[in-house]
Amino acid sequence: MSVPETAKDGIKFTGIASREELAACPGITTGERFEKGPVAVIECVQEIPCNPCEHACSSGAIVVGQPITRLPVLDGAKCIGCGACLAFCPGLAIFLVHKNYTDTSSLVEFPYEYLPLPAEGSLVPCGGRDGDFIAEGKVVKVKQTRQNDGTALIVVEIPKEYFMDIRTICRKETYHGQG
Amino acid sequence: MERGMKKAQVVIVGGGPAGLCAAIEAAGAGARVVIIDENNSPGGQLFKQIHKFFGSFEHKAGMRGCTIGARLLEETKSLGVEVILNAPVYGLFKHEGGMVVSYAQDGREKAILGEKLILATGAGENALAFPGGTLPGVMGAGCAQTMINVNRVLPGKRIVMVGSGNVGLIVAYQLLQAGARVLALIEAAPYIGGYGVHASKIRRAGTPILVGHTITRAIGKAQVESVEITGLDENFQALAGTARVLEADTVCVAVGLSPLTELAWMAGCDFTWIPQLGGHIPIHNENMETTIAGVYAAGDITGSEEASTAMEEGRLAGIAAAEALGLAAGRTKEMKLEIWARMNALRTGPFGQRRFEAKTQLLGSARKAAQ
Amino acid sequence: MRVIHHPILPDAPVPDCTIYYDGKPIPAKSGEPVAAALLAAGVRVFRETAKKRRPRGIYCGIGRCTDCVMIVDGQPNVRTCVTPVRGGMKVQTQKGLGEWKEG
Repeated sequence: MSVPETAKDGIKFTGIASREELAACPGITTGERFEKGPVAVIECVQEIPCNPCEHACSSGAIVVGQPITRLPVLDGAKCIGCGACLAFCPGLAIFLVHKNYTDTSSLVEFPYEYLPLPAEGSLVPCGGRDGDFIAEGKVVKVKQTRQNDGTALIVVEIPKEYFMDIRTICRKETYHGQG
Repeated sequence: MERGMKKAQVVIVGGGPAGLCAAIEAAGAGARVVIIDENNSPGGQLFKQIHKFFGSFEHKAGMRGCTIGARLLEETKSLGVEVILNAPVYGLFKHEGGMVVSYAQDGREKAILGEKLILATGAGENALAFPGGTLPGVMGAGCAQTMINVNRVLPGKRIVMVGSGNVGLIVAYQLLQAGARVLALIEAAPYIGGYGVHASKIRRAGTPILVGHTITRAIGKAQVESVEITGLDENFQALAGTARVLEADTVCVAVGLSPLTELAWMAGCDFTWIPQLGGHIPIHNENMETTIAGVYAAGDITGSEEASTAMEEGRLAGIAAAEALGLAAGRTKEMKLEIWARMNALRTGPFGQRRFEAKTQLLGSARKAAQ
Repeated sequence: MRVIHHPILPDAPVPDCTIYYDGKPIPAKSGEPVAAALLAAGVRVFRETAKKRRPRGIYCGIGRCTDCVMIVDGQPNVRTCVTPVRGGMKVQTQKGLGEWKEG
C-alpha cells in the first residue's frame, strides 16, 4: 500500500514540516553557521505552549520568551553545538547537525525512543521526515543518560548531501515484535 | 446524619491530576482531605502518559506524565491525605454542614460528610459508530494506551488509529514504542487536529497519516480481521474509488472526550453547553466553584483539555476550598492569580485559543448565574 | 502478547499466577485486570450478546461500557477491565446475560 499524497503541503496536513515552513523556522540557523561546526536544528513550526528547550540551553542560545507559545528562536552565534536541548524537547523536534564532520560526511544526532537500539559502529538505514530510506549511515554514538529519562540520542554519520534530510533510523521494515 | 459518620473538611471525588493537585493545595493549607476514587490505584490517567509533557518548564514540562504522577502521589502522602480506593461514588446529598458523599466499597455502602466537595471525575472517550464497530479488536485509544503502558500488554499487532487529535497521535506513537505496527492514522477532517510534532514522530517511524479519510467498516467474524477505509470529499462524503482494505487486527478510536458530569448533575449544579469543551459543562467561577456553594469542579469535568491544565484547575479548587474554610494563608490571592496566568498561557496560540474563548464564555455564564 | 522490554519503561514483571479461561490455564499477574491477562494470552472475544450472539471484547477499559463482562468465579456480568486478577480465578465466556451459579 502506498501512501497517497495529501493535496496540501505542510505540517498540519502531512505531519511533516514543508520546505517553506523549515525555511521560515526561527529555530533553524543560517547556512554559514552550519559550515562552522555542530549546531542545533529546532524544527518547531507551530505555536504550542512549551518552553523546556529554552531552559535546557546553558549558553542562552534558545529564546522562547512570553507567552510560551512563541516559537523558539535559535541564536547560531551562541549555540555551541552541545546537544543538551535534544532530549528536553517533548516534541522530539530538535536535532544536532555537524555538517563538515569530514569532507564527505556529516553527523546528525536525533532522539530515538524505540527498541532495539542500534550498536555503535553498525550500519543502519537512515530516513527522512517521512521515514523513507535515504541513505545508509554509521552509528557513531548511542547516548543514554539518566537525565534524558529514557530518550536515547543517536549520532549517525551520513553522506554530507543529506545533512538537512536525514532525521531518523528507518523503522518501516524493522518493527520488532515481542513475546 | 448517622452518628459517627466519617467526616472531612474537603472531600475530593477522583484521584487524577486535578484531584491530586486539589488535595495537595487544600491539605497544604491545613485542611483534612479525603480523596475517593473508583479505581484500584490513584493517579487517574497520568500513569499511562509516558511521554514528556508540554508546557512551562517551571511547572514540570519536559517531565513524563508517569513521573509527575509519582511525584504528586508522594506529595499527597506526605501531607497526610487519605485516599479511599475501589470506591465508586453513587450519591450526593445536601446536608447541614456540607455534602454527604455515598460510595460503595467491598460490596458495602458507605458515606462521608465533606464540608467542601471537589468533583474531579475526569472525562470518558467518545465512541464512533461504524459497521463492525462492536467487534472485539475495536477499542478506545485510551484503553489501548492503558494496556500497553500500565498493564504492558499489546491489544493487537497491526493497528489502525482513528482520529488525529493529540490522543490519537500520542497513542499511535506509544503503540509503535510498544512494538506494534500502526498501519495508518486516519482523520476525517482535512487536517491534523493535534500537535504537528507528535504527528512528525509517527511519520518518521513510517506511519502514514491520512487526512480526509474515515473508517467505513471493520471486517471479521469473531474479531477484527481487516479494516476498510475511504477518502472523503469536503462534505465528508465517501469519494468513489478511494475505498481500500488494510490488513489490521485492531482499530483504536480517538475521537474526543466527554466530561464525566453525572455527579455534578446529581449535586444540582447549573450547566451550560459548550461543544468545544466536550458538551454539557458545569458552570464554575474563577475559584472553580460551581453554582452550588461549597461544590467545586476541576479538570476534564469542566471541559476536556490536557493534564497540565487539569493540574492547575485542581490547585485553584484546592486553594479556594481551603480559603472558604478559613484556612488559607495570606498569599491566596497572588497564588490564584499566578495559576490563572499559567492556565491562560497554556490556552494561547492556535491550539489553545478556542479553549481560552470557551473557558471565558464559561466564566461569563458563572457571572450571569451569580446575578 | 506482553510488552516485556520497553524503550522508556523498566522491564515488566512476569506472570506470577494462573487463571482459568473456559477451563484452560493461562498465565497472569496478580492485580492486573482480568482483561489484560486474557489479551496477553491472545483471547479477545469475551462474551456473546443475548439476542444475536455477536462477539464482544474490551472497549473502554475503564469500567464504563460493560462490553468486556464475563462470568468470573461463577458470577456473571463482571467487568473484566477493572477486576484484578487473583490466582486460581475461573473466567468464562459469557453467553447472553449469563447465569448465576449458587455457591
